[in-house]
Amino acid sequence: MAYTEEELKKELETKEYEYGFYTDIESDTFPIGLSEEIVVAISKKKEEPEWMTQWRLDAYRSWLEMEEPEWANVHYTKPDFQAISYYSAPNKKPKYDSIDEVDPELLDTFKRLGISLDEQKMLAGVAVDIVMDSVSVATTFKKTLGEKGIIFCSISEAIREHPELVKKYIGSVVPQKDNYYAALNSAVFSDGSFCYIPKGVRCPMELSTYFRINQAGTGQFERTLVIADEGSYVSYLEGCTAPSRDENQLHAAVVELVALDHAEIKYSTVQNWFPGDKQGKGGVYNFVTKRGICENHAKISWTQVETGSAVTWKYPSCVLKGDHSIGEFYSIAVTNNFQQADTGTKMIHLGKNTRSTIISKGISAGKSQNSYRGLVQVGARAENARNFSQCDSLLMGDQCGAHTFPYIEVKNKTAQIEHEATTSKIGEDQIFYCNQRGIPTEKAIALIVNGFSKEVLNKLPMEFAVEAQKLLEISLEGSVG
Amino acid sequence: MELKDKLVNAFMAFENQVDLDHPVHDVRSAAMKVFENQGFPTKKMEAWKYTSLKSLEKLDFNIFPKEAATLEYKDVKKYFLHEVDTYKIVFVDGVYSSFLSETTHQGIDVCLMSAALTKEMYKPIIEAYFNKVASKEENLTALNTAFSKEGAYIHIPKNTQAMKPIEIIHFATGREQALLLQPRNLVVVEENAEVQILERHQSLSENAVFTNAVTEIFAAKSAIIDFYKVQNDNNSASLVDNTYIDQHSQSVVTLHTFSFGGKMTRNNLNFYQNGERIDSTMKGVTIIGDGQHVDHHTLVHHIQPNCESHQDYKGIYDGNSTGVFNGKIMVDRLAQKTNAFQQNNNLLISDKSSINTKPQLEIFADDVKCSHGCTIGQLDHDALFYLQSRGIGKKEAQALLMYAFANNVLESVRIPELKKRVNALIAEKLGVNLGFEL
Repeated sequence: MAYTEEELKKELETKEYEYGFYTDIESDTFPIGLSEEIVVAISKKKEEPEWMTQWRLDAYRSWLEMEEPEWANVHYTKPDFQAISYYSAPNKKPKYDSIDEVDPELLDTFKRLGISLDEQKMLAGVAVDIVMDSVSVATTFKKTLGEKGIIFCSISEAIREHPELVKKYIGSVVPQKDNYYAALNSAVFSDGSFCYIPKGVRCPMELSTYFRINQAGTGQFERTLVIADEGSYVSYLEGCTAPSRDENQLHAAVVELVALDHAEIKYSTVQNWFPGDKQGKGGVYNFVTKRGICENHAKISWTQVETGSAVTWKYPSCVLKGDHSIGEFYSIAVTNNFQQADTGTKMIHLGKNTRSTIISKGISAGKSQNSYRGLVQVGARAENARNFSQCDSLLMGDQCGAHTFPYIEVKNKTAQIEHEATTSKIGEDQIFYCNQRGIPTEKAIALIVNGFSKEVLNKLPMEFAVEAQKLLEISLEGSVG
Repeated sequence: MELKDKLVNAFMAFENQVDLDHPVHDVRSAAMKVFENQGFPTKKMEAWKYTSLKSLEKLDFNIFPKEAATLEYKDVKKYFLHEVDTYKIVFVDGVYSSFLSETTHQGIDVCLMSAALTKEMYKPIIEAYFNKVASKEENLTALNTAFSKEGAYIHIPKNTQAMKPIEIIHFATGREQALLLQPRNLVVVEENAEVQILERHQSLSENAVFTNAVTEIFAAKSAIIDFYKVQNDNNSASLVDNTYIDQHSQSVVTLHTFSFGGKMTRNNLNFYQNGERIDSTMKGVTIIGDGQHVDHHTLVHHIQPNCESHQDYKGIYDGNSTGVFNGKIMVDRLAQKTNAFQQNNNLLISDKSSINTKPQLEIFADDVKCSHGCTIGQLDHDALFYLQSRGIGKKEAQALLMYAFANNVLESVRIPELKKRVNALIAEKLGVNLGFEL
């Protein structure tokens, strides 16, 4: 056989982070450190109204009193919050109407990422709100969306132009004091996306944002707010790549979804922050709070493909508040080398006849640790709640670990909960079967991994499924024991 | 006075009762320090998230039992497995009752911990096994170790089979307003030996009893141990049962827990597989109602390759009862070819009952088969209708289905009389008379 596992392993280990490059764009960066002054300065810089400044300060003050959580199954050196610069924005600021006006250097960056704007524009009509560091510099297809009454802009723009919407919903799903990182984010969030779908409107295209951490030493504090008004539908895509960096970067985002009566939100994420090199040096800390609230007959569906970050701490959750609401969570988490992931979901059943589905696939390779941590909670008044959870882990090599911590708390007798979990490795007989039929080991592994994660990959929108599969290949190919 | 302070003071009095020069006393003192530092577990601790000891800590417990109260055999006969001949180790209010007991030293040792801890002839065994597998960190285990003095001592030598099952029964007579019991058991089963053990805690009055028991079990190579815990105490009794099992190559340990009674019952089962080709089985049936709380915490630590573990826990919760299941399977890097299975099924019968379950896997080896399943649901309406349409009353039909639900666990009970007894208990608990024997 030409291609052995050892070779494959070697190839994978020597495979550097493909998207690790650094674009030299002048940024105007705040002095490092965090204080009330910095919080106020960020708010001023963004030309925010007073209530917003106050809101940030409230968050900052409660953050000061909170302690960094330690319960997650991850180990890392805690970030020094005084050594981070809390704001950076690309300097050349005018907004572009056409692609030609965009800084060529920036365009080149996107080309190397394989998401050139023009290509994106053509591809299935995706509107891209690109976040280069913290300020969005290009928004496409805004006009088409505008005709339908859909608001899709950066959150700072929304604060300026649609304060009533922001004021009503910001912090309604993830309160400022929700947790340590959510409080920090509430105080210092620099930008993010805002999306509002009016009543009965079906968003004609997939809304998409590409995030990038670009400036050395800046933490990225994104804040996303998606509101689907009664009877509307939106599919939202979020994807991340970050350049190679030696010091650990902190990413503490907050995503809030509001699905009003009969609305549906589909939120898909491909996360590929820099995972650190194969010695476990560097990499992004990804501490994210994502939560959605479902009113009557509403549906929220989270799909995520997690391949990056040195440390991931992320639990996209659904609060099924309304009757007949539905929550879904589909996840693939891949860890390699020294990556650590503690991810999962929370399904809080409060309304009657609520349903939730959890499908989680964890793949660990190298010396990584992969944990699923989930909570299914059925309140005393949540009649006829139904949940199905499945978490499967695939282990590659004997140096890695897979962990499951599913919490199930039921206070209503009409609930029907099923949970199952399995842990296994790729069977020698499976590979042998493929080999026998002329499929080389490398291909066989890709095939099996693909099959293992198919249930989740199928849930991704077309545009993302391609990228996700590519990421799976990069992250896993060959790390087979 | 806080219960913790009371216990710390009581320890000084306790030191007057025991031989301070015995090496075991160093173990006790060290354990007392651990407890003094940590106190009682609180809900802030992950392992005690769903179970609170707060109400117990408020009670004014009597820590040292007075001289033995006398019990007539006919009054307590029903608590024994009297249909078959057994060895018996019986304690009344924590004091050994020679009248009710039937111990032996012929071939095997079935006797008292107090004897084992003081007599010279047991010293090698005590030195080799006492407080070796039990946790030195866990709060309540440390508390038990500090006050360890009395309990059951069972030693089965090499290639020997205990001819009769061994019953360990703790009675509380209620002469004290509130009684704290801390029995400490040691079971050593040597190579190729076999034993069956039953354990039971029974309160005979409505006065509060809090039992904090620790049992250490050693299963040497190819040993076979069959352990049954029957928990059908009345609603004023609380029990924290810590069992630690150290298994060596090819040993087979099966442990059944039947939790039907008690106000608060917490079972901590810890299996450590220190050898290859080991089989560990844990099974449990929980049927509880108003005012009851049962918490099963299990741990199977797979340390060596080629071992198996099976867990099957069924729970039926009525009234405002609460149930907790936390099953943890750890598979070390070395423990390749491990097969670990865990199943937890729950039925919620009433609107006020609740269940918290957390089946947990921590796996560091790649060539393993580990799975867990967990369900929470109700009785199948179609099945219920089927039975009713054939003239079986609703209550009886429900009971039949619930019995079927729990039957998996009962099937593996190897003492027929005990099986019958548990069946009767289930029927009683479900409040039905089916008119035939299940």
